Amino acid sequence: MDDVKIKDQAAHDAAAKVADYEHGWSADIETDFAPKGLTEDTVRFISAKKNEPDWMLDWRLNAFRHWQTMETPDWAKLNVPPIDYQDAYYYAAPKPKPKLGSLDEVDPEILEVYKKLGIPIEEQKVLAGVEGARRVAVDAVFDSVSVATTFREELKRAGVIFLSISEAIREYPDLVKKWLGKVVPMHDNYFAALNCAVFSDGTFVYVPEGVRCPMELSTYFRINAENTGQFERTLIIADKGAYVSYLEGCTAPMRDENQLHAAVVELVTLDDAEIKYSTVQNWYPGNADGLGGIYNFVTKRALCQGKRSKVSWTQVETGSAVTWKYPSCVLNGDDSVGEFYSVAVTNNYQQADTGTKMIHNGKRTRSTIVSKGISAGKSNNTYRGIVRVAPNAEGVRNFTQCDSLLLGSLSGAHTVPYIEVRNPTATVEHEATTSKISDDQLFYAMQRGLDAEEAVALIVNGFAKEVLQQLPMEFAVEAQKLLGISLEGSVG
Amino acid sequence: MLKIENLHATVAAKPILKGLSLTINAGEIHAIMGPNGAGKSTLSYVLGGRPGYEVTDGSATFDGADLLDMEPHQRAAAGLFLGFQYPVEIPGVSNVQFLREALNAQRRGRGEEPLSGGEFLKVAREKAALLKMDMDMLKRSVNVGFSGGEKKRNEMVQMGIIDPKLAILDETDSGLDIDALRTVGDGINTIMRRPGKAVLLITHYQRLLDYVQPDFVHVLAAGRIVKSGGPELARELEEHGYAEIAA
Repeated sequence: MDDVKIKDQAAHDAAAKVADYEHGWSADIETDFAPKGLTEDTVRFISAKKNEPDWMLDWRLNAFRHWQTMETPDWAKLNVPPIDYQDAYYYAAPKPKPKLGSLDEVDPEILEVYKKLGIPIEEQKVLAGVEGARRVAVDAVFDSVSVATTFREELKRAGVIFLSISEAIREYPDLVKKWLGKVVPMHDNYFAALNCAVFSDGTFVYVPEGVRCPMELSTYFRINAENTGQFERTLIIADKGAYVSYLEGCTAPMRDENQLHAAVVELVTLDDAEIKYSTVQNWYPGNADGLGGIYNFVTKRALCQGKRSKVSWTQVETGSAVTWKYPSCVLNGDDSVGEFYSVAVTNNYQQADTGTKMIHNGKRTRSTIVSKGISAGKSNNTYRGIVRVAPNAEGVRNFTQCDSLLLGSLSGAHTVPYIEVRNPTATVEHEATTSKISDDQLFYAMQRGLDAEEAVALIVNGFAKEVLQQLPMEFAVEAQKLLGISLEGSVG
Repeated sequence: MLKIENLHATVAAKPILKGLSLTINAGEIHAIMGPNGAGKSTLSYVLGGRPGYEVTDGSATFDGADLLDMEPHQRAAAGLFLGFQYPVEIPGVSNVQFLREALNAQRRGRGEEPLSGGEFLKVAREKAALLKMDMDMLKRSVNVGFSGGEKKRNEMVQMGIIDPKLAILDETDSGLDIDALRTVGDGINTIMRRPGKAVLLITHYQRLLDYVQPDFVHVLAAGRIVKSGGPELARELEEHGYAEIAA
């Protein structure tokens, strides 16, 4: 443990030196590491740490064995140096503590971390009994292990299950078994298989039939241990006629070495159910010279299994050195609806290859895709999407709009839409634009009193408005600020 | 208020202003007229601080401060407003949002408290009513889908809300029909013809001057002011053309 403490101290010092990333600091919390490297023993270690049942361990080992036979995908427009999977830690958890009844019992240092992130304001209000405070339940994932889940009792009264996935595996094995890996199969892709083998924690939500979740659910998590990949696993199930809005917000402290993040998010909607899933991703993008930063290889997919069900993905991606992410909808239920609203900002040497897949299998299924890419510095920003209409899917509609905004002359914007229509009754529309922030716009805004960075932030927020207005209020404000922050230094 | 001496400026290494001098005092309205290519728009951009317009000689002070040393947004905060010949579209940003952010940025620059959303809307409503403008215009995206006349009227609303000390209006009258011209003229008179304020009108034509009576008229030709006079000079120009007067 001394070794770990030294490591953390060194990390702390390193982080302190580089202060220009707002969330770039590292809290000094004793960490419990799995041994470095990735073998079957690592998988067994993680499973044992989490007191998992045998079926879960077998599932993980199955995934791990398959992963070893797979190749890293190389079709994205990303330039990623080879990742040494043996040179990383796969598990880091705060030291085990007795089960917590309230936030008071949480390690004050962890609470301090949340405070710096600005998380608990709403929550504190509620805890302090402030009347009329908007209620948001936060399942806080601190480096891999969920340390505190609030509002669980109230949610329980409504019948909503909101737990860390580790707890869900122990407490609701039948539900987990039924759906885990059903939306994103274990063999789906390289990073999904890796996640299946080593996922450390994540979130589980089940909203029962006919229940409208009484509050927005929110998970904030951050990568906080040096050189530790974070492998999140999220599973959200909305039963017939249920509704839930889920907010995912992420920041990570600054590191010099690239950190791998390979999450899997699975959503399931049954008849007439709806899930609204919103993400603001603000992970460390690397410095202005392209050093460091998070590698974010995420598989997010929704299964609209039920008739008239709906899933809406909204994402604001400003962070990470590399983003590989395609939140998708498999529209199996007749008349089901998929939506994807995305803003992706890249600056300096960031690379983003992101988009969506809308798979129309059911009749009269509809999808809307609105993607806004903003590229500055020497970055590359790619929209990649598939709209697929199955032969039996009558009366499908899709509308896609991809807009790119360029700042400066060294950045790149790319749009790669695949449209595969196998039913002649489908209506599929695709619109795309590419524009630059003009000198005229900048000077106009500056002449009215804004400095160069304020002017860029304003113009970019206008460009992204259609997407930002899809976000829940408290997220929209944060997202607007983030857009401005991420583009700092992009105008001379 | 504004003192320009021997101003020389180049655009893409080409000399455009060649020794321009002009003094504008508080309470005065000046008109600069001149043929195409005389340097009228360059003068407004140089005073506004637009990148790419390089001052090679001379000076310009605003209330005694070195104007040329300030960033564009600092000039705005100091009280200089530029009415654009071609107002720019900013999609997705409402006029209300644009002006509130701009005004509050100026106020911060001057060490004043920012206006809350409610306070700002109160000011905006007053100014819109004063100019007989529809508040709906303020809710629309900045200049997006506006006709030429609407864009110019929108410049006037912006000027009203920002309430500058000095307005430099670059061909604000171009592309306006008679009704819009009257609205713009009334706007300038209402907002700017006050003690402590001044206007520099840049125009081709006499017709705006029928609505806004200037105290001084200057003829700009080949980058310099070649003749100055009272309002009668504008009528002379209209009758005889620039060639004769500037010669």
